[in-house]
Amino acid sequence: MADVTTLQYTAEHEWVLVDGDIATVGITAYAADKLGDVVFVELPQNGSALAEGAIVGEIESTKSVGELFAPVDGEVVEANEAVVNDPSLVNSDPFGEGWLIKVKFTELPTLLSHTEYTALVGE
Amino acid sequence: MTDTTPDRTSPLHDIHVAGGASFTDFAGWQMPVSYGSDLAEHHAVRTAAGIFDISHMAEILVSGPDAAAFLDYSLAGRLSAIGAFQAKYSLLLDESGGIIDDLVVYRLGDEVFFVVANAGNRAPVVEALTARAASFGAVTVDDQSDDIALIAVQGPASRSILEATGALTDFTVPLDELRYYFSSDAFFDGTAVLVGRTGYTGEDGFELYITVDRAAELWRALVAAGADKGLIPAGLASRDTLRLEAGMPLYGHELGLDTFPVQAGLGRVVNLKKEGDFVGRSAIEAGPAAGARVLVGLTTEGRRAGRAGYPVVTDAGEAGIVTSGALSPTLGYPVAMAYVDPAVVEAGDPLFIDVRGTKIPATVVTLPFYKRAAN
Repeated sequence: MADVTTLQYTAEHEWVLVDGDIATVGITAYAADKLGDVVFVELPQNGSALAEGAIVGEIESTKSVGELFAPVDGEVVEANEAVVNDPSLVNSDPFGEGWLIKVKFTELPTLLSHTEYTALVGE
Repeated sequence: MTDTTPDRTSPLHDIHVAGGASFTDFAGWQMPVSYGSDLAEHHAVRTAAGIFDISHMAEILVSGPDAAAFLDYSLAGRLSAIGAFQAKYSLLLDESGGIIDDLVVYRLGDEVFFVVANAGNRAPVVEALTARAASFGAVTVDDQSDDIALIAVQGPASRSILEATGALTDFTVPLDELRYYFSSDAFFDGTAVLVGRTGYTGEDGFELYITVDRAAELWRALVAAGADKGLIPAGLASRDTLRLEAGMPLYGHELGLDTFPVQAGLGRVVNLKKEGDFVGRSAIEAGPAAGARVLVGLTTEGRRAGRAGYPVVTDAGEAGIVTSGALSPTLGYPVAMAYVDPAVVEAGDPLFIDVRGTKIPATVVTLPFYKRAAN
């Protein structure tokens, strides 16, 4: 599991782990908790181009549907097949095995720090 | 995800906080939505038992020499026909045949009835009953909602859990003789409890009404008695998927002021044979407009569920709308209830649910989606 204090965040409750020009993206524990038990995940295919802010996937729980927004412009280099096969990973390990996509990007937009995100959700 | 904390909390709120519950705003109440995993809570109710706090629901005592006749006039069913300690599902209609609320009515004596309404409809139900009583005679309508807590124990292990709760005593009807939709008086450590064999999950189960000051103790006693029987606390998320599988309507989704009972498949709840007038009778006898949409059950393949508000379509265009839907935890495929044009259903036209732009083929099925095995 990633150290949550070193991650960056979006207001749409995604976390972003930057390593070189690769951003690993998932949804936060707060978002997973609000969704409830996740039962279906749809992710973009490898190679697809993402535009920052566009809806690129779906995270569906028994009671609602969450949308995955692209936090950066870039190209999907890997979608987490383990999560597609076992959506409960989003609940059990949102910052670790429950990651969703890895994106190759050229420019990182301004994201939220852990402190800023924590203040946003009030927890 | 804005945080506007509702005004009302249950008398069991501190227990829920200590138990790690997450909360949702429901009809102005801050109620537990889950204690960690709504799926685990759902499965516990189907296989063992779950305990629900539904203290937000409204309880209204209707009493007096004319109480039975009053309810025959005020509600869609013939409440005078049920015996003491029997319960009945009924509807409160307006003059135009629309549904103000769906209710469970327990008869507690010749002249005493206990009406349980949805939390969100407390005010309109109390207003309608009070207004109808004013012109009726010897009947009193007493809104006791603020004084009464409601705890539901649901699931196949429910009876053994109540039997193992040592402080629950003096049942007027022994639990092994208490039939579905009947109730018993009992005591919890000296405090009166009404125990109904009723529920909203499609499983065997009980609903326990007690004064708010003893609710926390009763909850703890039931939880302790159920600890070795698989009982876990369950929130409103699992309550919703359980009732959906059981094909039970939810006010505001399947039922509303613009819905005739017959459209919702509740024609049998309206007793047109009873003597005398009742509120909504002439409108019900006239019936809804020709071609009014009817409630159906739909199943789809895959795992993407049709949700409330999603269109139901045919190749010719829109033919209805989903009112409730989820991936059924018990069945493993998506289920939905939807209002659909009856001509389309009768013709057997291929139906689809428009799931955020993708048309997913849907099959019309008879409700309920899930029925528990006979005892």
